[in-house]
Amino acid sequence: MNQREETLIPKIGVISDVRQDTPDIKTFRVVTPGGVKVFEHRPGQCAMLSIPGVGEAMFSITSSPTNEEYMEFSIKKCGHLTDWLHQAEVGQYITIRGPYGNPFPVDDEFAGKNLLFIAGGVGLAPLRSVINYCRHYRDRYGRIDIVYGSRSKDDLLDYEEIVNEWANDKDVHVHLTIDREQEGWDGHVGFVPNYVKELGFDTNKTAILCGPPIMIKFTLDGLYSLGFEKTQIYTTLEMRMKCGVGKCGRCNVGSKYICKDGPVFRFDELDELPNEY
Amino acid sequence: MRKCSLDSLNLVFAEIAKSQKLYLPVDQTDGSAAFQKWEEGTVYSNVLNTARSAKDFFFPQTENLMEFKTSGKMIEVVDTREECEDFAIFGVRACDAKSFEILDRVFLVEPVDSFYASRRAHGTIITMACSRPSETCFCTAFDIDPAAPAGDISVWKTETEVFWQANTEKGEALMANIVSLTEECTTEAVDEQKAKITAIMNKLPLAQVTTEAFGAGKTKEYFDDPKWDELSEACLGCGTCTFVCPTCQCYDIKEFNTGKGVVRYRCWDSCMYSDFTKMSAGQPRLTQKERFRQRFMHKLVYYPENNNGLFSCVGCGRCLSKCPISMNIVKVMKAIGGK
Amino acid sequence: MQKITRDQLIEKAASLLNDGTVKVVLGWKKGEFDYDITPAVFETEEELRKEFVWSDFCGANFSKYLISKTRKIEGKILVFLKPCDTYSFNQLLTEHRFDREKVYAVGIPCEGMADIDKVKEICGDGIASIDCSGEKMAVTTIYEDAPVMVDCKDVLAERCAVCKSKKHVAYDELMGEEGEVLDCDRFDEVAKLEAMTPDERFAFWQGELSRCIRCNACRDVCPACTCEKCVFDNPDSGVENKSPANTFEEKMFHIIRAFHVAGRCTDCGECSRVCPQHIPLHLLNRKFIKDINTFYGDYQAGAEAGSRAPLVNYTTGDVEPGEVFDRRDSDA
Repeated sequence: MNQREETLIPKIGVISDVRQDTPDIKTFRVVTPGGVKVFEHRPGQCAMLSIPGVGEAMFSITSSPTNEEYMEFSIKKCGHLTDWLHQAEVGQYITIRGPYGNPFPVDDEFAGKNLLFIAGGVGLAPLRSVINYCRHYRDRYGRIDIVYGSRSKDDLLDYEEIVNEWANDKDVHVHLTIDREQEGWDGHVGFVPNYVKELGFDTNKTAILCGPPIMIKFTLDGLYSLGFEKTQIYTTLEMRMKCGVGKCGRCNVGSKYICKDGPVFRFDELDELPNEY
Repeated sequence: MRKCSLDSLNLVFAEIAKSQKLYLPVDQTDGSAAFQKWEEGTVYSNVLNTARSAKDFFFPQTENLMEFKTSGKMIEVVDTREECEDFAIFGVRACDAKSFEILDRVFLVEPVDSFYASRRAHGTIITMACSRPSETCFCTAFDIDPAAPAGDISVWKTETEVFWQANTEKGEALMANIVSLTEECTTEAVDEQKAKITAIMNKLPLAQVTTEAFGAGKTKEYFDDPKWDELSEACLGCGTCTFVCPTCQCYDIKEFNTGKGVVRYRCWDSCMYSDFTKMSAGQPRLTQKERFRQRFMHKLVYYPENNNGLFSCVGCGRCLSKCPISMNIVKVMKAIGGK
Repeated sequence: MQKITRDQLIEKAASLLNDGTVKVVLGWKKGEFDYDITPAVFETEEELRKEFVWSDFCGANFSKYLISKTRKIEGKILVFLKPCDTYSFNQLLTEHRFDREKVYAVGIPCEGMADIDKVKEICGDGIASIDCSGEKMAVTTIYEDAPVMVDCKDVLAERCAVCKSKKHVAYDELMGEEGEVLDCDRFDEVAKLEAMTPDERFAFWQGELSRCIRCNACRDVCPACTCEKCVFDNPDSGVENKSPANTFEEKMFHIIRAFHVAGRCTDCGECSRVCPQHIPLHLLNRKFIKDINTFYGDYQAGAEAGSRAPLVNYTTGDVEPGEVFDRRDSDA
């Protein structure tokens, strides 16, 4: 038997809690069979989850590294593996390997800055880890703004946490929006890019974007018109992955592997890459 | 340097095969050559190069990674790895020998691929100088010298004799096994052959192929070149170029249910295939042009960008002779590089 | 040596381009050597004069390209078709795979195409040039001062050595002299396989198919393989596979493919031409053709556009399965 480490050989995780967040997103809490955290990670990093015989895929770790007990994954139902996971019950074993990818620069470039998080739909998942990390080390950062939108109130991920915890924190300003009017919703209605423009942020901020490509595109235009520079804006990319460590060769954009050199990129870095993502 | 007579080569093979598995190119019924395990009676092929590259030894087309046993909600991971046994490959050409260095920079960087690493650690590479290169050869474009191939041991074969030069500790160790069958010699005959090979290389039709126009930092310049449309126009989207290539290393991870459990294995994949980058959310490379461009940009720009200018092509010429539509990296280099 | 010349083809193509009959020309483009010829789309006379070639190495069958090119290109496409290519052309029309109105087909005579591997068997590696313009092929290598003169018959591709027809079965215009359907011995190799014992035959195919690297070139070049999504590429099919995980899968891939093209394969031989591992895949298809001929009467796929193949055309006179079984017994 070979004792050498092998990243492709996963560890075992157990689903210790399942939360139905939205009609098509569930958040899974994962620990080892012994009940502890499977491994440490940094905000923005990902992990490969699998059910043997069903498939393996890369997911953002949505819990903050400061959570010492477990990891969480918010997963949208959109394919073979995610369909299967949505059927899974507490106690189900899965395999897990990672952490993979580069994290958000929370301890260097973000330190001391005002932060503006902008997310659409399930795009909040990778940002939740960063937001909770920054909330944990609150005095290391300036003002925090969070603009988050979804199709409807029911489609807002982590709604309870947002209104009950985030919104109550000191100098954390949450701006929620939904696409269309809905009974029982007295908040803002409209698309995220427009809301960002309406809110009219000053440029003394670092912006972090995550959401569907169309949202990213129009939000970027909005940020540029407000005077933001590319060097102030971060996002994450998604590509098909198999190995997670830059060897299987399919997730590259130009010479960068999204699994290893990403998924976090600053927009001036993306400018250096070919437009193939 | 040591030598043995050509007639005694089989005795040397027999001696090497006593302590480890020995593989060498052997003629096949279709006129090509393939690496095959040496047994008494196996005849070393005179064909210039094997149809499949020597990468198979370290990165086989399929290999099992692990197994899973499942019962109810439980999953058990079974590590099925075994340490590779020692083996030697005789007759690797200079191009394929260089390909190992290129593969190493993928598989041996952190996190090290233990499957590849184990084979690499236990394999001894014995290379053979190319005394009769083909018109499809262009290894010199990548600074490879077919007259002095790398490897643990370099070998030169003349009409009557075989010359052996150990280059590494592994090579020395293997040479120690065959010391009684070889004798110390001067380098004269080898020097003469080297000069001949160099002269031939200069006469080859692809002798002028150059990588000058390529390397790190060329993405912007070439990515949107309109010539990609024309070059990829007739591409069938098959995987021939990828699978015969000694440096192509992309793989897929797949599973199959054995009835007793699930085996997770990996197999070669090709960026030329339409599903290579397909996600449930979309497809960044929609047409064959994007897939075709990826393959060549990777070898000529992206890989060098990540590996100090080293190109991910060794000029072995396999894609030149095997592509169903005769489109290949030389044509791409000339068209895109403007030569 | 081909009877029709490059210049004649260029003149024809240029005049059809210049008078607006066609928008583009599907033709053969010269390569690095004289044998590595690539299918290409030519848009101007200048491009044709510069890079169009016609020689003994223009084996590629353009019919299948018409599917994608007629969808992509506005206007008519001029395609040059050798006699055997016209059978594929008709078969694709029978299956409604492209719009006939978007194609201007020019039938051109063919004296048979050469197999570069056979040339190399005679002349060795290191080819510097091949001149196909004379009665004999003149092959120069970097290793010999004088060119080797090769008899074209000795280097004919297998499919051309047993050419089934010099007659064009579809065209808008014909260049040169029309040929005839030939009496050929293309089933001789199949008969040899049939004469083997089951064990010998299994060993033969085991040996051949074990070399397969699953590059899919045979499938991707095949004019009969035109499914929008092949079952072997579809992860949901349960048989999708990218590599020969075991010897059974290899046989399965090739046997299923042979079954799927049975009755539709025109025996163009492209599968064997492109196989990087020299697997004689055409023998599988020819076995089916031979059996169809035996059981249902002679039938040549593609000979007539719109014809119904015996396998999809039930008649009361069809051979009974039991009879097929009995004939198999009497053959053995």
